[in-house]
Amino acid sequence: MAAPKSVAHDIVASGQRAAARSDSSAGDKTRSATFSVWRGAADGGQLRDYTTAVSEGMVILDAIHQIQSESANDLAVRWNCKAGKCGSCSAEINGQPRLMCMTRLSDFDLDKPVTVEPMRAFPLLRDLVTDVGSSFRQKKRIRKFTPRAPDAPDGTWRMNQADADRVQEFRKCIECFLCQDVCHVLRDHHLHEEFVGPRLLVHAAQLEMHPLDALDRVTDLKESHGIGYCNITKCCTDVCPEHITITDNAIIPLKERVVDRHYDPIAKLVRLLRGKRSQPEQEPSR
Amino acid sequence: MAEYQTHEHDVLVIGAGGAGLRAAIEAAHSGASVGLICKSLLGKAHTVMAEGGVAAALANVDDRDSWKVHFADTMRGGQYLNNWRMAELHAKEAPDRVRELEAWGAVFDRTEDGRILQRNFGGHKYPRLAHTGDRTGLEMIRTLQDYATYQPVDVHMECTVVSLLKDAGRVAGALAYDRERGRFKLFAAKAIVLATGGIGRAYNVTSNSWEYTGDGHSLAFNAGAALQDMEFVQFHPTGMVWPPSVRGILVTEGVRGEGGILVNKDGQRFMFSDIPENYRSSTADNEEEGWRYTQGDKSARRPPELLTRDHVARAIVREVREGRGSPHGGVFLDISWIKSKLPNGPEHIRKKLPSMYHQFKQLADIDITAEPMEVGPTTHYVMGGVRVDGDTQMSSVPGLFAAGEVAAGLHGANRLGGNSLSDLLVFGQRAGKYAAEFAGRQASPRVDAGEAEAMTRTALSAFGRDGASAENPYQVQHDLQTMMQELVGIVRRGEEMQRALDALALLKARAATVAVTGNREYNPGWHTALDLPNLLIVAEAITRSALERKESRGGHFRDDFPDKDPAYAKFNIVVRRGANGEIQVAREPLTEIRADLKQIIEENK
Repeated sequence: MAAPKSVAHDIVASGQRAAARSDSSAGDKTRSATFSVWRGAADGGQLRDYTTAVSEGMVILDAIHQIQSESANDLAVRWNCKAGKCGSCSAEINGQPRLMCMTRLSDFDLDKPVTVEPMRAFPLLRDLVTDVGSSFRQKKRIRKFTPRAPDAPDGTWRMNQADADRVQEFRKCIECFLCQDVCHVLRDHHLHEEFVGPRLLVHAAQLEMHPLDALDRVTDLKESHGIGYCNITKCCTDVCPEHITITDNAIIPLKERVVDRHYDPIAKLVRLLRGKRSQPEQEPSR
Repeated sequence: MAEYQTHEHDVLVIGAGGAGLRAAIEAAHSGASVGLICKSLLGKAHTVMAEGGVAAALANVDDRDSWKVHFADTMRGGQYLNNWRMAELHAKEAPDRVRELEAWGAVFDRTEDGRILQRNFGGHKYPRLAHTGDRTGLEMIRTLQDYATYQPVDVHMECTVVSLLKDAGRVAGALAYDRERGRFKLFAAKAIVLATGGIGRAYNVTSNSWEYTGDGHSLAFNAGAALQDMEFVQFHPTGMVWPPSVRGILVTEGVRGEGGILVNKDGQRFMFSDIPENYRSSTADNEEEGWRYTQGDKSARRPPELLTRDHVARAIVREVREGRGSPHGGVFLDISWIKSKLPNGPEHIRKKLPSMYHQFKQLADIDITAEPMEVGPTTHYVMGGVRVDGDTQMSSVPGLFAAGEVAAGLHGANRLGGNSLSDLLVFGQRAGKYAAEFAGRQASPRVDAGEAEAMTRTALSAFGRDGASAENPYQVQHDLQTMMQELVGIVRRGEEMQRALDALALLKARAATVAVTGNREYNPGWHTALDLPNLLIVAEAITRSALERKESRGGHFRDDFPDKDPAYAKFNIVVRRGANGEIQVAREPLTEIRADLKQIIEENK
């Protein structure tokens, strides 16, 4: 037997240490805490304080649910998986854009009220729920995934893991829209029509760097998606719960492609001499 | 008089997880006008939680795999109560459905030679699960969502159906409300596909989100369709157990597929001591062989941690009950030990199981590359659901189709991991196709405005109530969940389930008195109140079916009948709505399996 008993005993010892540590780090068994929660609709609202009992390991969403079932049955909140995978419960907690389900109460000083507000860059529907529909509508403007012809006679493709990894970073986006919430182009300047925002630039990046995709969206990025508005303050990267390096890995490489295509005089000259069009391809059929 | 908007579609798909999206896409391909209703925002459905992978006999990693082996594995896992036709179609068509996803932009992990990589999973003889790290469900739903974005599909987000309408025996439409404003929407449709997922919220320890309240099960039941196999609820063996607020969140079977082991507090790998007879020849009898299996050694047999979910879940319950559990009432699941085998162990774990690493780090302060996790069973999936035709997915109500978790048949008494994502694709596609075909043969149905009016009044009735006897909807839901967990959970007894029926009668009376505060705009209290009747129906269907099956098989385990009884291998338990709304239970004999399929099962025993 190659995994000898000692391995299993190490596991138990380590597990018991971890359990004990987790018990003590969770702090007080139970105490009460106050949450200032935004209540109201588009026509106005205010922060309202709710006090509820909290216990070890709780996250903000647990507290909100508890308040909802105890004293504010109609408190509007969006959530689904409660495990950081669906990106529904985005909010601003003490001013920081976070997922409520992945934000532990132990991160806060519970002697002071914790404020929970909706994402401010989106139109408010009610309480903690905002209208994020624009991000769904904008997606249609980005031209769809269009694969090159299959590599093998059986209609399948070959791809290296390294190439897959590059786009998997972008494809792990859970569409929580926290990046859109902090993007000052959207939040402060309200250029929702002109600029698709970081989430959709990540989407465009996964398409542009997709090992199988055959379309070219570089001119679209400049002309219709407004990539020039982004001045790489990296606020989006800071808030991404999936730790996608939005600015460095998605947006900057796209900007470089735009620059190479549209602003590099030497490349322009070469293209001119070779008589090559900048938008060569037709959309391959589905 | 309540007002409503009206919409008309050839095919209306209710539910926008994997099955619903796939059905909507297929119906649109067929030229039907399609409406797609999702209870949440698009792309947030429970499919997003699926981690391990999608089962398909691509044979990219082990060329001995084929649809026949996949078929035999699925039937064995389901203890032969499966609809064999569905198991056959599923095994045959899953590879095409997976390859099609790649053509639509999905990026799966790769083999050395650049093809789709496949991993081991419980009950699958060969490495069969195409996957994207441990977030395969997200990859799949996003691919389908993005693809559907460019199809002529009208999406109705944050919209919940409260009732179906019929016209002369066939389905005619649905009444729904939108969450945002609380307005009613009346849908007229020639065919309807239910793709509403499961019933996990009938229990209090569950991996399922708030949406999984058995809506489709209840809609079908109330419309007169038969439900079958409702006693078979899958308790996934590995949910988080600590801290309390995350109890039930899923820990992917992929952890065990990558070499993770289950250990009790005495340091024993207890799964080795309890290998069922029908899996003995295919299960490793020593740790070394089990490890080699997880690392792709084709001559090795699988470790007992990868036995079927029902079996592993019960073994964990036994360890805990007999005092060998971990500090917080689970057992240890350890993947960190593989660093004694692989020099880059921690990095390998983070690469293969990134979201598990993240989930434990953030929610439980546990570094899974260095420490074991504590895990225990969590309500995960219902094998039971709408009884459908294996080829078309149509229910016993003309024009009403069901696909995915809400449909029954493919998984029999127990579902194998990875067979859900493939189920969604294969039968989502079929339901969409046959619903469009059915719609093409129909004239526009007539929806009865008076009936719709009455439904809106019922849906609004909780607003008018108040006074001392009024109930809080969240409290009723919570009490229902606790009761079901205790009395109709993973280990069942006849006497306890009788008590559950009494409790359900009381809960039903309480649900009729819930009061809702506030107005109709995005009011979760109201939504919870409207979900209650659905939960009550599925809870009762589960309990009555479980009482009827006086044996233990697959996901259904009875302490008072702990053995499998061959007499119960001959029928499915089916429930239907009686004339007064009561639940009627019947035994429907299985259809004789085709000779060639029977032979495949024999050859793979």
